[in-house]
Amino acid sequence: MATEHAEKALTPTEYIQHHLTFNAQGIKGNTDLQGFWTLHVDTFITSVVLGLVVMLLIWSVARKAQSGVPSKAQAFVELVFGFIDDQVKNIFHGNRHAFIAPAALTVFMWVLVMNAMDFLPVDWVAGAASLIGGPHTNWRPVPTSDVNTTFALALSVWILMIFFAIKVKGLGGWIHEIFCSPFGSPSFKAPKSIGGAIGLLASPLLFLANFAFNMIEYVSKPLSHSLRLFGNMYAGEVIFMLIGMLAASSIVGAAAGAIMGAGWAIFHILIVALQAFIFMMMTVVYLSMAHESH
Amino acid sequence: MNINLTLIAQAVAFAILIWFTVKYVWPPLLNAIETRQKEIADGLAAASEGRSALEVAAKTSEITLNEAKQKASEIIGQAEKRATQIVDEAKDNAKEEGERILAGAKAEIDQELNRAKEGLRAQVSSLAVAGAEKILRKEIDAKAHSDMLSKLAAEL
Repeated sequence: MATEHAEKALTPTEYIQHHLTFNAQGIKGNTDLQGFWTLHVDTFITSVVLGLVVMLLIWSVARKAQSGVPSKAQAFVELVFGFIDDQVKNIFHGNRHAFIAPAALTVFMWVLVMNAMDFLPVDWVAGAASLIGGPHTNWRPVPTSDVNTTFALALSVWILMIFFAIKVKGLGGWIHEIFCSPFGSPSFKAPKSIGGAIGLLASPLLFLANFAFNMIEYVSKPLSHSLRLFGNMYAGEVIFMLIGMLAASSIVGAAAGAIMGAGWAIFHILIVALQAFIFMMMTVVYLSMAHESH
Repeated sequence: MNINLTLIAQAVAFAILIWFTVKYVWPPLLNAIETRQKEIADGLAAASEGRSALEVAAKTSEITLNEAKQKASEIIGQAEKRATQIVDEAKDNAKEEGERILAGAKAEIDQELNRAKEGLRAQVSSLAVAGAEKILRKEIDAKAHSDMLSKLAAEL
């Protein structure tokens, strides 16, 4: 466990830091960290492998899907399909099969398997990385506890959101909506009273209020979308590390750590599935909101 | 929390995964499920259709059976009527025939009786004459009474 890579005993801080450091590589020639031009190799490889594995698995079943009596694998995939399709159907009232429902399936399955990496004991992953890449090779196994992943997903959804808003309402309609909803737009009739004249003079403030409100919404959506998932998975990982530290302290600590680790892992099954579900639902809600005009 | 190139790499991976799902994963599953839903709906419709057809057939067969029973009882009734008719006719015929035979016999008997009477009549006159001859030969002169006797003979 923690003692595998400790010729000298690790302090708790070093242990935590070791597990929370990405395998970051600069991409300009040498492998030094280069600010933005750095790639978290562990996050990227883990997530891509997981995404490919899960989607190719589903694809291999979908490819041979037939309408007769389904095989067990097909029945399972159809269960997932039906679950996603039902959720999307309740929220989005358009042609969901063209994009939103398959996108929701991708989001759900991918986030679910990435979250599920949290079940692997953190020290085993670190130990395997040390064996392959030499001592002190960092490898964080949970891609969703990297804020880059969750931001990437949330920003992709955000861009899709704007894309669909413009596609459905037109560029003019979208800009009109930004300035004229949710508080409404002033009327430009000739004022009949002094109050009306004041109202007309104050009307640019209404545009400003609408614009500010929409900007806050556009900023807060990807932030809450991504940070909710990131925070949950990051916290889950940290708690596993704390339990790992307890386990490394003594024999009693190891017994307590085993029990607590099992308990947290069981509870974490709920969090993993729930966060994947929430992330998928938020995606569907945001994309279907983009289709509706106010 | 340092944002770096990983974000763009993940976004690209995400885009590719979504494209793959939209293009290759979702349509065959949707197709299979919708086809199956249609097949099940058709099957259920066919089943209910078959059930109603069965009901109609049962009703028809019941009606046909009742008609057949009615016809059979009618035929039996007619046959019974005809049988009693035939028996009655036979009885009547037999009675008539008997009566005819009886009448024929009676007529024959009458004829025989008349013939016997005739024969007797002829024999009575000759017997009377013979008897009278015998009596008269003894007591009466033939001459004196020949007229009277011839008159008597003529009366017979």
